[in-house]
Amino acid sequence: MAGQSDPHLSIFSPSEVEFVAEDEIVEIVPNIRMEALNMICGDFGPFFPQIPSKVPLWLAVALKKRGKCTIRTPDWMAVDRLTQVLDAERESPKEFQPLPFHYIEISKLLFDHARDDISDAYLVRSLIEDIRDVRFHKVETGLETISGRTHAVKLKNLSAMEVNIVRPFMVRTLQAFYKHDSPQMIQQADNTGSRTTPVTDRGPRRDLRRSLNLLTVFE
Amino acid sequence: MSSWEDDDSAAAAAAAAATTDVELLKRAWRNEKASPEILRFDSALVSRVREQIQLLEETLDDFGESGVDDLVVSLYQMDLDRTLFLLRSYLRLRLQKIEKYMMHISKSEDLLSRLSQQEQRFAKSCTEMMEKHLEQSVLSKLPYGYDSVTRQSLSSTEDDMVPEPQLDTFVFCKTKSDVGAFQLDDIGEEVVDLVADDLYVLRYKSIKGLVESGQIDLI
Repeated sequence: MAGQSDPHLSIFSPSEVEFVAEDEIVEIVPNIRMEALNMICGDFGPFFPQIPSKVPLWLAVALKKRGKCTIRTPDWMAVDRLTQVLDAERESPKEFQPLPFHYIEISKLLFDHARDDISDAYLVRSLIEDIRDVRFHKVETGLETISGRTHAVKLKNLSAMEVNIVRPFMVRTLQAFYKHDSPQMIQQADNTGSRTTPVTDRGPRRDLRRSLNLLTVFE
Repeated sequence: MSSWEDDDSAAAAAAAAATTDVELLKRAWRNEKASPEILRFDSALVSRVREQIQLLEETLDDFGESGVDDLVVSLYQMDLDRTLFLLRSYLRLRLQKIEKYMMHISKSEDLLSRLSQQEQRFAKSCTEMMEKHLEQSVLSKLPYGYDSVTRQSLSSTEDDMVPEPQLDTFVFCKTKSDVGAFQLDDIGEEVVDLVADDLYVLRYKSIKGLVESGQIDLI
């Protein structure tokens, strides 16, 4: 997307977003016995073979890589759940379905490192890709509705990676509209006679309604 | 009514107790990354994290001698590396901001008070060096009236050569709890209802106070 290369606006790199996602808690089933880990980021374990235990994703992946556990696929990654979400995403063009804030990163890490633990992996993967596409299309259509005097946008249920991708574009658009719609700019335009609408016509009340309309567009 | 509030505050207290310092540092890191200006340095938090890092480094040294399982050692090492990354990234990020806005920060007592003592020293020496450099390389060769570090010329009414953070920019943020009706502008014409756990794109200037008081997180 345009603007993505702007270093000032892309404040998180994709790997940094993934770093944050690696702290999300998942369930593992260890095949070894290991004492409790008292780490800076929290206390986990003790671990016993075949007894499920909750750990951060990075720890799960580290154990999985060494063949010490299987990772349980989170409930939301089940085929029937994802099918429901996809249908709902398609049916409501102005709404995002609730999914984990890091659903893209979590599913990617699980596909990369624990593919054999996911049942119907192929189907799950294609469902998640479809969901991503549908959601992104909504974000793009939503962007088109941004106009002058948009001072607030509500993006309920948008995920971390989606935020990161749309950020540069969204911020620049809003800034540009904000700048050109500021009273000083309009005043200037009036003075030069290029704009016939008097300033008083642009009452703040109408502006409010417009910005609130926009708020609901993304809801 | 009051029992609701009690429940809420009890839940909040429990959540705060369960929050690790790494979690708090991660929040500070994300806020710092996403905010255009420099935020307040949490000395207590950083020194607590430093202590924990040091403690774990010592423990790891002991592990090496006492022959603890390699797997356990490598897991602790990963925990250490992740915390170190977070701390370094956070400190480096702040140094970058200080370098960028050193003159602006040096001018204001309020901004200076947000820095740690080391950062204040850095800002001071950085500003001195930059001023000296500009003076020697350019300003001393310019005619009278155009030789100020901070102003374009004598006719400037304000410091127009000092880079300042753009507080008008838009940021993505997530509410932690219900904030309620929140005024976005000075005159109260634009009000948004900030509901818990929702995602918004708002102007940084208008939610600055909420970021400082910890009611809203930048993402």
